[in-house]
Amino acid sequence: MVTLQIVWLLLIGVLIIGYAVLDGFDLGVGCWHLFAKKGHERTLCLRSIEPFWDGNEVWLLTGGGALFAAFPPVYATVFSGFYLALMLVLLGLIFRAVSIEYRNKVEDPRWVAAWDFAFALGSILPSLLYAVAVGNLVRGLQLNALGDYTGGFFALLNPYALVVGLVGLSMFAVHGALYLAVKTSGELQLRARAWAGQSWWAYAALFLIAAAWTAGCYLRNGVALPVLLAAASAAAIALIRVFSRKGEDLKAFFASCAGIALVMLAVVAVLFPNLVTASNDPSLSLTIFNASSSFRTLGVMLVIALLGMPVVIGYTVFIHRVFKGKV
Amino acid sequence: MDAVWLARLQFALTVGFHYLFPPLSIGLSWMLFYYQTRFLRTGEAVYQQLSRFWMRMFAITFAVGLASGITMEFQFGTNWAAYSRFVGDIFGAPLAAEGVFSFFLESSFLAVLIYGEKRASRKLYWASSLLVAVGATLSAFWIVVANSWQQTPAGYHLVNGRAELTSFWEAVFNPSTLPRYGHVIAGALVVGTFFVIGVSAVMLLKRKHVAFAERSLKSALLPFFIAASVVMGFGHIHAVQVSKTQPAKLAAFEGVWETQTHAPLLLFGVPNAKQERTDWAVGVPDMLSYMVGFSADTKIQGLKDFPKKDRPPMFTTFYSFHSMVYLGGWFATLSLIALFLWWRGTIARNRLFLWAAALSLPLPFIANEVGWMAAEVGRQPWVVYNLMRTRDAVSGAVPAGQIFASIVLFSLIYALLFGVWVYLLGRQLNKGPQPLGEEAR
Repeated sequence: MVTLQIVWLLLIGVLIIGYAVLDGFDLGVGCWHLFAKKGHERTLCLRSIEPFWDGNEVWLLTGGGALFAAFPPVYATVFSGFYLALMLVLLGLIFRAVSIEYRNKVEDPRWVAAWDFAFALGSILPSLLYAVAVGNLVRGLQLNALGDYTGGFFALLNPYALVVGLVGLSMFAVHGALYLAVKTSGELQLRARAWAGQSWWAYAALFLIAAAWTAGCYLRNGVALPVLLAAASAAAIALIRVFSRKGEDLKAFFASCAGIALVMLAVVAVLFPNLVTASNDPSLSLTIFNASSSFRTLGVMLVIALLGMPVVIGYTVFIHRVFKGKV
Repeated sequence: MDAVWLARLQFALTVGFHYLFPPLSIGLSWMLFYYQTRFLRTGEAVYQQLSRFWMRMFAITFAVGLASGITMEFQFGTNWAAYSRFVGDIFGAPLAAEGVFSFFLESSFLAVLIYGEKRASRKLYWASSLLVAVGATLSAFWIVVANSWQQTPAGYHLVNGRAELTSFWEAVFNPSTLPRYGHVIAGALVVGTFFVIGVSAVMLLKRKHVAFAERSLKSALLPFFIAASVVMGFGHIHAVQVSKTQPAKLAAFEGVWETQTHAPLLLFGVPNAKQERTDWAVGVPDMLSYMVGFSADTKIQGLKDFPKKDRPPMFTTFYSFHSMVYLGGWFATLSLIALFLWWRGTIARNRLFLWAAALSLPLPFIANEVGWMAAEVGRQPWVVYNLMRTRDAVSGAVPAGQIFASIVLFSLIYALLFGVWVYLLGRQLNKGPQPLGEEAR
């Protein structure tokens, strides 16, 4: 049972990291959208992500479903506890989905400008709020005996969580800019490289602040692994800079992928074995051991995952091969 | 307004809005596959033209469907935390399976369909149209599994204060899964095929893109007839199953208060929950008993057999069910008339038919909506039939004010998106198809 619970923690980690690495680049492109020149340049930005964004969002849907299936109390507590924040995320996701598909349907500058704005806002808002949520999970939540969050909406907007939120936003901004540099050429590519360079400083600085803050206040469950993973994350983030200064966009992009994965693994290591930490009473915390589904469900789900995930990775590779090259 | 009521309203709003789109996507995806198959076989450019035109309609629809679908999946956790804790051991798995087995398939090959015509070979493009249709149809399976488990739970036992899985296959193929899945898919095909007919009829009435519209119209007539017949067949099978597994729901559908043999099939009535009778009832004698058990002696359980607190709300259940049935009858009639006119060779000129088809364009959507309403409101007061009451299922952490605020916000957004969707479909209709044999855009 314990093995299965750990396996499921890792599988959900894979899904959420998959989501962050993949949707991260199209959210990141969205963060820069309004900085691109009106008209053709913005069309190119969108074209670079058009075939991919919707498959990328399926990682979120699947991750959410898997969390529901494997750790139902966590799904219930987190989603109801972050109700308003999630509604804002959903608002963003709805608008960006629709704007990607609808922006080019009507050739009226006002129409295009409205969807451009919706797309950018719909990308920035989730990028920020996801990480604010992560920050609050690391910090811990006030829970009652039923597992319901009792802290209220504004308690979620605390300084620590906001700093973590900015780490997430800058992380995706760097990621998206590097992706654009890979997928475009000419003037837009140069601009994307410059964006990546500028936002990298914010990313690196914010990461260090957040890491130090976490180390100082929130290392409740062990020190060695979180520190190790944070160091590896820092190395990956440094590597982004090394590659992007040499103009090796693709390598820099992969370094950014590794950075995202390592940062998220570090978060998991900080929390482990908790998934939701009760700040008011540690015994109320939801751990992978007290909040999992039954042995049978975890087993059935594992079969589903083993059957399905290789195919899913196959689709992802396939689609990037069909649409390879610059836009 | 209490939190339970608001949470239900929000869920109804979310699912009601969402459910406008996937049935159309599913139905259209099979039409696209049909056009692609014909194009691959015959190489006739008109099939490519059909495929491209309806593809654009499909893409406009898919975007809103996907966007509103994410909200759906999150809503169990945001608004129904107690429910999620209680059923997560069973209910989460089909949602995850839907992602792994269907959405990835659908979204990957949809990208090829929408953006990849120039990059993909004809065969890959054809295969993509098939895989998108399969993906869309499979996704409906998993979500129907999840919802059917709420209607007729199976394959579980109650331990540790929650429902835990005892048999995956029993839970998946619970008594209502297959009848409901058949009914839902057939309903989606009715929407998709009739959408092609209705839009083509509008074009013909406006005398725009006439040759193309005629071809479109005719391509969908036979599929529409089949779908309209099959949806009634599954509807019947489903109703018989409901009479066995959820008798209170059937009684509410049909306005039956007294347990009786020789129960009439009501064509009209005004259910009166206070007096526990159905006023103004007009019905076919014996017919309900006959339909449920092939004999007038079949006993139908009445609502009075159930304590008042276990009865579904009568008004919505009765009328949504009856509207659905009437609409189903109208589609079958219309499809027969259409086949007759097609055989006579006058269908594209018969303005009466074209008007009827054009005005009926929204009706399949409405039929799907009221069908869900009947299914879901008819399940009340239970969120999981006979296991958990809806009022015990809501999130404790979410204040009513926050729900209210987000309902207002999402209503505005949904109204906006609905308007944009209709506008873009209309634009596409006026613009018409690309000229024959032109390069992919």
